[in-house]
Amino acid sequence: MDMDKQRDNLAEHAVVVASTAIAGVIKALHRILPEEGLLVAEEEARPYECDGLTAYRQLPLLVVLPESESQVVAILKLCSEAKLPVVIRGAGTGLSGGATPVENGVVLSLAKFMRILEVDPLARTARVQPGVRNLAISEAAAGHGLYYAPDPSSQIACTIGGNIAENSGGVHCLKYGLTVHNVLSLRLALIDGEVIEIGCGALDSPGYDLLALLIGSEGMLGVVLEATVKLTPKPQLAQVVMASFADVVTAGNAVARIIAAGIIPAGLEMMDKAATAAVEDFVHAGYDLAAAAILLAESDGTPEEVAEEISAMRAVLEASGATDIRISADEAERLRFWAGRKAAFPAVGRITPDYLCMDGTIPRKRVAEMLTRINEFSEEYGLRCANVFHAGDGNLHPLIMFDANVPGELERATSFGAKILELSVEMGGTITGEHGVGIEKVKQMCVQFSATELALFHALKGAFDPHALLNPGKAVPTPRHCSEYRLTGTPRAQP
Amino acid sequence: MREIVSEFARRIHRAALERVPLRLRGGGSKDFYGGPLLGEILDTGCYAGIVAYDPTELVITARCGTPLREIEAVLAAQGQMLAFEPPHFGAGATLGGAIASGLAGPRRATAGSVRDFVLGVKLMDGHGEVMNFGGQVMKNVAGFDVSRLMAGALGTLGVLLEISLKVLPRPATETTLRLEAQQGKALELMNGWAGRPLPISATCWAARDDEELLTLRLSGAHAAVAAARGLIGGESVDDAPAFWDELREQRTAFFAVGIPLWRLSLPSVAPPLVLPGAQLIEWGGSQRWLACDAPAELVRTGAAKAGGHATLFRGGIEARAAGVFQDLPAPLMALHKKLKQAFDPVGIFNPGRMFREF
Ligand SMILES: Cc1cc2nc3c(=O)[nH]c(=O)nc-3n(C[C@H](O)[C@H](O)[C@H](O)COP(=O)(O)OP(=O)(O)OC[C@H]3O[C@@H](n4cnc5c(N)ncnc54)[C@H](O)[C@@H]3O)c2cc1C
Repeated sequence: MDMDKQRDNLAEHAVVVASTAIAGVIKALHRILPEEGLLVAEEEARPYECDGLTAYRQLPLLVVLPESESQVVAILKLCSEAKLPVVIRGAGTGLSGGATPVENGVVLSLAKFMRILEVDPLARTARVQPGVRNLAISEAAAGHGLYYAPDPSSQIACTIGGNIAENSGGVHCLKYGLTVHNVLSLRLALIDGEVIEIGCGALDSPGYDLLALLIGSEGMLGVVLEATVKLTPKPQLAQVVMASFADVVTAGNAVARIIAAGIIPAGLEMMDKAATAAVEDFVHAGYDLAAAAILLAESDGTPEEVAEEISAMRAVLEASGATDIRISADEAERLRFWAGRKAAFPAVGRITPDYLCMDGTIPRKRVAEMLTRINEFSEEYGLRCANVFHAGDGNLHPLIMFDANVPGELERATSFGAKILELSVEMGGTITGEHGVGIEKVKQMCVQFSATELALFHALKGAFDPHALLNPGKAVPTPRHCSEYRLTGTPRAQP
Repeated sequence: MREIVSEFARRIHRAALERVPLRLRGGGSKDFYGGPLLGEILDTGCYAGIVAYDPTELVITARCGTPLREIEAVLAAQGQMLAFEPPHFGAGATLGGAIASGLAGPRRATAGSVRDFVLGVKLMDGHGEVMNFGGQVMKNVAGFDVSRLMAGALGTLGVLLEISLKVLPRPATETTLRLEAQQGKALELMNGWAGRPLPISATCWAARDDEELLTLRLSGAHAAVAAARGLIGGESVDDAPAFWDELREQRTAFFAVGIPLWRLSLPSVAPPLVLPGAQLIEWGGSQRWLACDAPAELVRTGAAKAGGHATLFRGGIEARAAGVFQDLPAPLMALHKKLKQAFDPVGIFNPGRMFREF
């Protein structure tokens, strides 16, 4: 406790020192950046006060929008000399507050780094700037019969820089992998302005696998300036089976049985009744509204291969108690089936003033049990919850609906969410499968990790960013965070 | 098993106190790999056994000393496999050694690397502390990805007590084809095929007598393999599983020569290398073996110019001492040292096995 207090005093002191230096920093930034690349006025900085986790807002000290690597380097040098915290920002679609500004900190937006530098069809790679949107890569590669496989539902908006920072997944990652499986190399600026290359054009590099460490590091270790990603040949055909179930337990078991049959579907997703109802209203995908849950299972490959796999999946789903089965007749219908799934968050957003999106991952075999428990929590907390799952991966997205304007509802929603996350850990899973810890789940990190494990995370952070200027306070809790949480929250589950 | 873990911790404490390094060793099958072997042996082979395996979860968790053979047999009984096809390089190969060395076999180019399949580790660091990272689920982004960082770290960051891996179903069918192709043509073919949705799971180009042969394996659904076979042509190879095993274990004639063996990791599209010695190409052009006694400098420059790097995979004791892996640029080396420091501040685990600097 004493050490924490001391640290706080030091931090306050640092803020005072910094504020006198701020005027100087702004002046220096003016020399580095064009007029429109520096936002200091409150009304200009306001749009950057939150990311996709809108329940948390913080006005930054200022926002910079550099256009070139040399500008980024100069900005970082300035900030590290002035000890100003820096929060890197892509499209701001993150759901854990990774891009939420910190008080008296700079927001470094990479929105202007939008160039696709190279598509090499023979090597099946694309070299892109960090602000390039996920979908734009696939669009640029489409003419060569290639695409970038990880497809987060936010892919029309989110950037590759953000994807790398979060190790984002999509509905096809059971078969095609997460971001970490699809990035070959990075160009990275460290907080002191040093620029390094991680990975190369080959499949591996000498030394430690720093790519693995950087992917999913939530903007805490460096600024991604460029990425070379792997492109995948587009399958000749894809088809999706949509199966309805009369209860969630049967649906959950069907997922395990598909895997047990030796099938790795290209996508395996589940939505419960609350989710399909919200979505159907929004996109008219033709979902079975009477079903307690629906499963979407995709197959891709050659036409013969798809036919073989679809009939195998159909057999398993029938044997597992599906009440109705539909198979996409053509590409338009397949896309319609998916459109609903991909629009699930905004669809739920339409029927509630606010929602929190959880992201726990659990062993597949416990999906049904988890759903049952979530329904119990929902009653206990008096809040509605719609469930969308990457069922094949055991990655759950319960969407807890609430109204922030009703006193106490945000707190109730937060406790409800915390319950789900703690249960995920208890079931042998994790508090976050793809959205990151950010500020949202920083407390639950104390449930998942021991003090020594957290200390190691801090040491790793220190190896890249000794003064903890990049995204301070995010992703890895301090010992104080944890002792406070343990006092008020549930004690840490022993592994 | 608890006693073994306590004993590891005791050894680590003593090593730290006396500043005597430890050499982590499972079955010793990869003793030939990496820098010189220094320190007292810490035998990890005794910490063995499969901890959990549930085929429908596609995850296996086992202790570091578990024989690779045992794991493969248990998976095969359920129709599953380690998709990165690790080479054993000896009967005693353990899981810990396979992960720490980070070496993958023929399926690497399409299925993924060792680290791609690592889901979690239980690690003992240089303080003798036991820590858990990652887990037994498919997706996990809580905290930095320490578990994947362990793959290929050559035991320099800690003792991998337990490892959880993603496993995959074995393909419904496999078939192997062979065609004649000069090196340049073979590279062109492999890269061209890789850009199309074909179920190619392994490739190997090599010269034999006066022929240059490209061998490739197709794996997947019956229909897909049949269609690809029609498209690619060539002759089918008898006893194909043995061919890929021999290749993975480096028991073919190419690897029998006594001179240093270099592993060149290059962009798959790099044109044929003009370097002395014999070459064998795998991974669609990304992994090229070079058997030659040319000066290290020549080989490394050649690899760097082609956009990759060279590893002295099998050399003599002297050559190993001079450095096995391509040197890192200074800022990267500085980062490596800091990372090493975070896990193993006194520097007791496998010093020099990766780089002379730590
Ligand atoms: C409707 C909706 C659906 C979603 N669906 C999915 C989904 O299916 N799967 C999934 O995984 N996620 C999903 N997300 C979450 C989100 O889109 C992803 O996390 C995405 O990768 C964030 O990208 P971004 O560009 O918006 O990053 P931001 O939100 O701007 O930033 C996210 C993090 O990345 C860091 N960062 C950004 N750029 C860089 C850089 N160049 N260098 C270093 N760090 C950087 C930031 O500091 C921050 O920590 C969804 C979000 C929404 C709103």
